[in-house]
Amino acid sequence: MTQVFAENGDVIPVTVLKAGPCVVVQRKTAQKDGYEAAQLGLVELPPPKHVNKPREGHFKKAGANPVRFLREVRLAQDAGDLKIGDKVLVDVFAVNDLVDVTGVSKGRGFAGVHKRHHFGGGGGAHGSMFHRAPGSIGASAFPSRVMKGMRAAGHMGHARATVRNLRVVQVLSDENALLVQGAVPGPQGSYVVVHKAKAPHK
Amino acid sequence: MNALEKVEQSQMKKEIPAFRSGDTVRVHVKIKEGDKERIQVFEGTVIGLRRARNHSTFRVRKISFGHGVERIFPLHSPVIDKIEVVRPSRVRRAKLYYLRKLRGKAARLRAAQTEQEA
Repeated sequence: MTQVFAENGDVIPVTVLKAGPCVVVQRKTAQKDGYEAAQLGLVELPPPKHVNKPREGHFKKAGANPVRFLREVRLAQDAGDLKIGDKVLVDVFAVNDLVDVTGVSKGRGFAGVHKRHHFGGGGGAHGSMFHRAPGSIGASAFPSRVMKGMRAAGHMGHARATVRNLRVVQVLSDENALLVQGAVPGPQGSYVVVHKAKAPHK
Repeated sequence: MNALEKVEQSQMKKEIPAFRSGDTVRVHVKIKEGDKERIQVFEGTVIGLRRARNHSTFRVRKISFGHGVERIFPLHSPVIDKIEVVRPSRVRRAKLYYLRKLRGKAARLRAAQTEQEA
């Protein structure tokens, strides 16, 4: 993330996303597949050894160069003019559009209840002998078992996560970059999918 | 240069006078009142610089009507019209937080030596 200044001097926290150029590798249609969608590939060349034979065939069929990252994007029923081989660039977004950004969140490993579920925990000092433990997880005679869904320590992060309604601050077409206000899931350099906002507020 | 670096570069001002901790500066701040814009000057001692590319800031301290006032300015903010160095001083550390405990005569700083003197 970085920041940009608004004209009035306000600081806007932004994430710079390299968004494209993308190419349509496969087109799914209502007649054939039951729904309208386009499979987009981010134009970024993988090392040849990472393109296995089935993939190679898939790209050959589309007449496209192999790409590293493929994702399917649903299209509206009437948006029928997108063909295989078409380029999708950042200019599909405009400034002040709201977007949803989906990615894989940063992995936190095996995390305790403090971090994973925001448990309060105990005091750190003054003789407190209860620090970061979860505490009681159930009662005794009744129900004599631990309820399902009890929040506990476990693996956290590295899961699909979506941040909704991020505002597009700037579109840099010559860089194929997008500036969105706020943070997006995942570490630096990870892949994310930018959608038009599904449920824009206001 | 990648897109992130380009964005950061684009946010940075080209010309910023060289100043450092200890210097007395006049910071000209643009202030919007309704649809009128005017310049307000904040004069004080720079007690710290935070060098961090496009989000660099500097901290200016002055005594206003007997009270210590500190302001942190984003170095590259469009709100800052200009920065004038009034008086450079010779100091021996980067952050002058010790000035907060000092008043009056004790809070003076030695003037920087000019090149002729040195």
